[in-house]
Amino acid sequence: MCCGFCGRWGAMNWLTEFYNQNSTIINFIGLNAILGLSLYITLSAGLLSLANAGFMGIGAYTGALLTIHQHWPLWGSLLAGGLMAALLALPLGLPVLRLRGVFLAIATIGFGEVVRLFFINWSFAGGALGIVGVPQETRWWHIYLVLLALLFFFWRLRRSRMGYALEAIRQDEPAARTMGINTTFYKVLTFVLGAFIAGVAGVLQAHLRFIVDPGDYGFARAVDILVYAVVGGMNIFIGPLLGAGLITVLPEVLRHMKSWGIQPGPDRQLINGVVLLLVILFLPRGIVSLFDWRPGRRPRWPLFRRAETRASRT
Amino acid sequence: MLLELEDIGRSFGGVHAVDGASFAVSQGHVHGLIGPNGAGKTTAINLISGLLRPQRGEIRLDGQRLDRLPAYRIAELGVRRTFQSIRLFPGMTALQNVTVGQHVRRQASLFEKLVFSRRSASEERLLQADAEELLDRTGIGGRGDERASNLAYGDQRRLEIARALASNPRLLLLDEPAAGMNQSEALGLGELVRRLAAGGLTILLVEHNVRLVMAVCDRITVLDFGKVIANGTPAEISADPAVIAAYLGLEPTAGSE
Amino acid sequence: MAEQQIVNGLFLGSIYALFAVGYTLVFGILDILNLAHQAVFMIGAFVALELVLYEHWNIFPALVAAMLAGGALGVLLYYVAFKPLRRRPDTYFSGLISSLAMATIFEAIALRVWGARTSRFPLNTFPDRSYQIGNASVTLLQIVILVVSLLLMLGLQLMVRRSRLGKGMRAVAENERAARILGVDVERVIIVSFLISSALGAAAGVLYGLSFNSVSPDMGRSVELKGLSIIVLGGMGSIPGAVLGGFLLGITEVASVAQLGSSKRDAIAFIVLFVILLIRPRGLLGRATVREV
Repeated sequence: MCCGFCGRWGAMNWLTEFYNQNSTIINFIGLNAILGLSLYITLSAGLLSLANAGFMGIGAYTGALLTIHQHWPLWGSLLAGGLMAALLALPLGLPVLRLRGVFLAIATIGFGEVVRLFFINWSFAGGALGIVGVPQETRWWHIYLVLLALLFFFWRLRRSRMGYALEAIRQDEPAARTMGINTTFYKVLTFVLGAFIAGVAGVLQAHLRFIVDPGDYGFARAVDILVYAVVGGMNIFIGPLLGAGLITVLPEVLRHMKSWGIQPGPDRQLINGVVLLLVILFLPRGIVSLFDWRPGRRPRWPLFRRAETRASRT
Repeated sequence: MLLELEDIGRSFGGVHAVDGASFAVSQGHVHGLIGPNGAGKTTAINLISGLLRPQRGEIRLDGQRLDRLPAYRIAELGVRRTFQSIRLFPGMTALQNVTVGQHVRRQASLFEKLVFSRRSASEERLLQADAEELLDRTGIGGRGDERASNLAYGDQRRLEIARALASNPRLLLLDEPAAGMNQSEALGLGELVRRLAAGGLTILLVEHNVRLVMAVCDRITVLDFGKVIANGTPAEISADPAVIAAYLGLEPTAGSE
Repeated sequence: MAEQQIVNGLFLGSIYALFAVGYTLVFGILDILNLAHQAVFMIGAFVALELVLYEHWNIFPALVAAMLAGGALGVLLYYVAFKPLRRRPDTYFSGLISSLAMATIFEAIALRVWGARTSRFPLNTFPDRSYQIGNASVTLLQIVILVVSLLLMLGLQLMVRRSRLGKGMRAVAENERAARILGVDVERVIIVSFLISSALGAAAGVLYGLSFNSVSPDMGRSVELKGLSIIVLGGMGSIPGAVLGGFLLGITEVASVAQLGSSKRDAIAFIVLFVILLIRPRGLLGRATVREV
């Protein structure tokens, strides 16, 4: 019994040590997974929206300002940040969601940039320097609690009325409409939900990083989020989780491998680009498609038919 | 009269796809809609189901106007359709396709799903059982777990019908369901259609297979260049000179194998 | 004052237009957005810079060399990032992603090779002369940039309208399958389109680098998004539209900087983008269907 106790104590020690050494990575994996999921929900309705980086920024600023100036607790700021992003998603989403695939992507890219420029010019929020001195209140378990809640939500969504409806919209929207599915409602809903999730991620990140930097929420961030979803797999909710994990961890792993003389200094951007290219060329349904466990079937997830149902039908 | 079309017009550019068409479908009937290629039959289906909006005229379901409603609202009122080129959800299994078709019957909200409510679980069990029974009824029972795109052509057509039936509709619009079928397959389909009508379903059947239409329909409307040129029983239609003229040069078995 | 703004706007607009033309050319042919276009823009500038700075070339042959390099990169882009994806059902999306990946890779390589700092063309690259036209003063550089851009765009338009290859390009843009059936060598058309598009993009990069006298690995970023706004404004797939849109954006940008201050400068492009997408998504001269059924 004593050995058991010592063994458990040793394990605890090891875990705490591991966390202390790698806390940044652990936190960022969680954060990036949440961001990936914010994109995933809009993709699951067939919408390529790249606005979530902008919503992340809106959440970050809202949360940070509330915490600093109004001394709100973290959970309050989290909710407020998410809600603010969701609120702004509504007037943006309604007109823009009618646009065809690539135009929607462009419009949402534009939105993200507008948000970034707005914050750069808003002197109350620090202008180009952003907000400094955000209390570092985020703990790893905040992030992972939110992530867990999201995973639970997506798991239950799959076999729900809304889940079936979203899949139908994604695969053939006009046909879905003829089955009584109010596609406009669902598309706007996923857009707003995605914004909420991204906003919450923004608040978490702001209280992790001590600063809110407007440059963090532009096109580059939108691309990062897209990479998590694409690399991981866009057809099932654990995809973005895997993608975020892999992309976040890869530079670190390669940095350690440097001591073995393998890579001359990992470049996060180069890695992202190469991984993204390899995935889209050879593993288009993402890393997740390597793990198809359905018995007796070739590893294939539902075909990604977005372009066929939109671009080629017009 | 369950379905009434009154002076419906719809054009694309300069082409009058449907030009002042009027006809009515009685409750419980199988009503055929035939005509040469380009006569406007599929456009009519698109107009009724709401994927297109008529530029003039009225469409009424049981007295209620359909022509200004969005497609999903029309579906909620009990109208279902199949597509000329089969539009199943390719990435889903047969059973999943039917499951989506049950959308309007699914009452349990997402919230209930999240809290594992008993109602949502039992409702889902019921709907799944119904879906499987539906596959049996349309003759593709046992293939529920196959990918929709992997099914044989005839089975895909049946699946589309099963999916349309999944919500217990009042009015079923079938757009060339027998296209590409040989005569025996088409007859099997015809039997299915008559069985459905006997159960109280009203069916509007667009078809090129004139022999099938004659055998299965209670009444037939004939379109040509977007206008109604004849309306009546199969016997009346087959003797109508205007109809014969419109089909001049075509075999009476046009469209079938 | 207004005349000076128009002059500045025209000259800036000509660079934007040249960049946007390459963008819209590929979109018109393949219905895909080539997000690596901005990387070719940037690399073109660096190639010219290297030749002028270290090999002491004259700027004009350097420009030509940059265009050749750009063209080669464009063909590489096609073979690596677009051709393998042609048969996919979701080809527009995967093309977007793969070109994004290539852009990231190109930019990362540029960062390794040239570092993140801003480089400049040597001072004697261009004689520093200016002229008076009415109330506005114009530098020789501005005139040359305007002329070069216009010549290149005119050349492209002539080729598209008059040459057999141009006919092929228009056919493929209209309906690829029909073009193939009619005997057009679709593959060749596509390769040439990428070549021309990227050569023009590289040229735009050189001219941009010259005019602002700054070349850096991230110079493509802001221009890329403005390029998107331009082709949406002009109508995606329309070359005259891209030219028109480029000039319009250039003038609008310069005018707004004068009225509203330079911090809002980049926002103009996006405001324009938004407004256009909401009220007339097919742009000024475009034909593509943009709305959902």
